Amino acid sequence: MDRIVLIGLNHKTAPVEIRERFNVVCVDSKGPLSDLALIRSLRESFYLSTCNRMEVLFTTPRLDEGISAVVGLLAQIYGQTGAALKPYLYTYIDQDAVKHLFRVACSLDSMVVGEPQILGQIKDAYRQATEAKASGVILNRLLHKSFSVAKRVRTETRIGSSAVSISYAAVELAKKIFGELQGKIALLIGAGEMAELAAEHLLNNGVERIVIANRTLERAMALAKRFKGVTVPWEELLEELRKTDIIISSTGSSEPILTSKQVRKRMRARRNRPLFFIDIAVPRDIDPDVNHIDNVYLYNIDDLQGIIEVNRAERIKEAGRAEHIIAAEALKFDAWLRTLEVVPTIVSLREKAEQIREVEVQKTVSQLDSLSKGEIEAIHVLTQSVVRKLLHDPILFLKRISTRSRKDFYLDVARKLFHLDEDQPETEEGEDQLSLDSDKAS
Amino acid sequence: MNESLFLFSIATTLLYSVGTVGYLIYVVRTELVIHRIAYGFLLAGFLSHSLGLALLIGQIKQLPVTTLPQSFSLFAWAIVGSYLAFQLKFNIRVLGTFVSPLAVIFMILSSAIPGRIIPDSQLFKSFWLTLHVTTIFIGNAIFALAFCAGIMYLLQERQIKTKSFGLLYRRLPSLETLDSLNYVCLTFGFPLITIGLISGFIYAGAVLHSFWHWDPKEILAVLTWLIYAVLLHERLAVGWRGRRAAIMAIIGFSIILVTFVGASLILKGHHSFKFV
Repeated sequence: MDRIVLIGLNHKTAPVEIRERFNVVCVDSKGPLSDLALIRSLRESFYLSTCNRMEVLFTTPRLDEGISAVVGLLAQIYGQTGAALKPYLYTYIDQDAVKHLFRVACSLDSMVVGEPQILGQIKDAYRQATEAKASGVILNRLLHKSFSVAKRVRTETRIGSSAVSISYAAVELAKKIFGELQGKIALLIGAGEMAELAAEHLLNNGVERIVIANRTLERAMALAKRFKGVTVPWEELLEELRKTDIIISSTGSSEPILTSKQVRKRMRARRNRPLFFIDIAVPRDIDPDVNHIDNVYLYNIDDLQGIIEVNRAERIKEAGRAEHIIAAEALKFDAWLRTLEVVPTIVSLREKAEQIREVEVQKTVSQLDSLSKGEIEAIHVLTQSVVRKLLHDPILFLKRISTRSRKDFYLDVARKLFHLDEDQPETEEGEDQLSLDSDKAS
Repeated sequence: MNESLFLFSIATTLLYSVGTVGYLIYVVRTELVIHRIAYGFLLAGFLSHSLGLALLIGQIKQLPVTTLPQSFSLFAWAIVGSYLAFQLKFNIRVLGTFVSPLAVIFMILSSAIPGRIIPDSQLFKSFWLTLHVTTIFIGNAIFALAFCAGIMYLLQERQIKTKSFGLLYRRLPSLETLDSLNYVCLTFGFPLITIGLISGFIYAGAVLHSFWHWDPKEILAVLTWLIYAVLLHERLAVGWRGRRAAIMAIIGFSIILVTFVGASLILKGHHSFKFV
């Protein structure tokens, strides 16, 4: 049976330089999907890249071979040897891979837990995978499942409310400092899900312009395009302090990028007009002492989280509930996965047919009192042979499928055709397609 | 005649008090209709106050500043008047919550302190004195607004800096709004007290034959003027704003209060309501 493998790196395992590298390489092209397809030991593949993570999800019949081939390809993209890349990577197999994907989709693994963008990013990546015909029966099912799990987590827990309200709180604060946001300029340093969300909120609330400073020009340009803003060279960051009003910082730098002294020095030049720093980075980008300067206000992510009423304990509780949903859904998926074997499908097909046959024969016999024992026996023999003959060809067909991917497909079809999975609604495929499109629109 | 003056004074104080209570309720409930009612009471109080003052002026044939109670009452009138005007122009509703108690305090002080009736004197009938009193009172009333804006600024700024938000965070306007209110008050108030000081010196020169008497009130008034002059200069020259400007406005008005209340009651001099 094929194994499901997920290899990836995220903001916890890899520094920003490496994450950006993957992001930049893959931002313009379709990603390494076509290259993944060339790896012979892989059957299905899916590739996701955001500024905080990179994930390769694939199925393979030969586990070790598949993993080393994918790591080799990633190393090639990164321009390093596999050994140099390996410390940053995590590898999950089967159930763990499924759970990890669910956690990512539910935004439990995000830098800002609950931020909503990641699901859209997974959907985009999945669309690319289907367009490239890289995904097959298993990954299609898995990805669709991850969307519905994410939806379930979002409606059943309050995990999503905190991220949105964080950027809402940032905008509210900005309004309490500046009054109107019209004509104000926001500077986005670095990038990240939360920073971009905050920038978008500010823009929607009247901020005139978003200026982008990023160590990687390509990334800066991509963000500038998205926010219709302009880019500034990284080296001129300090000069920008004279013009800008709101600074959203979210770099992966291990050192603070702005010190209190640097900011203080520029306050005179900006005639003490207020400066509002939103420091989303962990570790912090902005020296905490900045908050002591007159007319300068510094909020980091914890401060913002402190404002909104959802407190830490409650967030942990909500995350626990989300994890529970994920574990349950992962088990369900596993159960489905096992049905993709030939024998269980044949068994359940026969069971279902026999069940129907028996019920129908009983109905007839109970209505006809005059039947002798021999006649009843004859009816049983007759119906049994009808069922057997009817099922003979499908069962033979299923047994004879030689290649794995075809087998997955036909087993899946057979189970749907005969409605063998009671818990699955019959129209699921169509609904999933619909939800994919509607999410694209939103 | 004195009875009707007394009635007007009581009515005014009551109307101001009800308005103040309304404004305090407004801080808690923030319903527009409550503000409208509170503003209405202040306006009614102001009209009754104006009528009372007009009657008094008609009676004593000079500005009602010859006794301390009269001055307090006139000052309350100037504060309420400038607030009502500022509210129309800038619509910072919660400012009323801070300003209206001030007016009530001055009204109560005015009726609590016994004032000696000062005999009608030709000394008080001068164009310069009228100009001096009018500009100083209106200027100081506007600085009272700046003082309230300064307190509001410090309260709001403290909440934002320390990241602990109380009831007032949502109620108080933005820092920028409060700071520009401070600036607007300065641009109105400073020319007024400048004119007030100059006309005062001219009057003193004409009547008392010397521009400067080392009178405590004179010294404090010049000190106040210097504080506001520094604030205005720094604002225009290097962009002083925010906390410092708020603190300066608070210090400035505190000295005005000391000058007005303290110096009048305790210190001696020709502004003390004890001479003549």
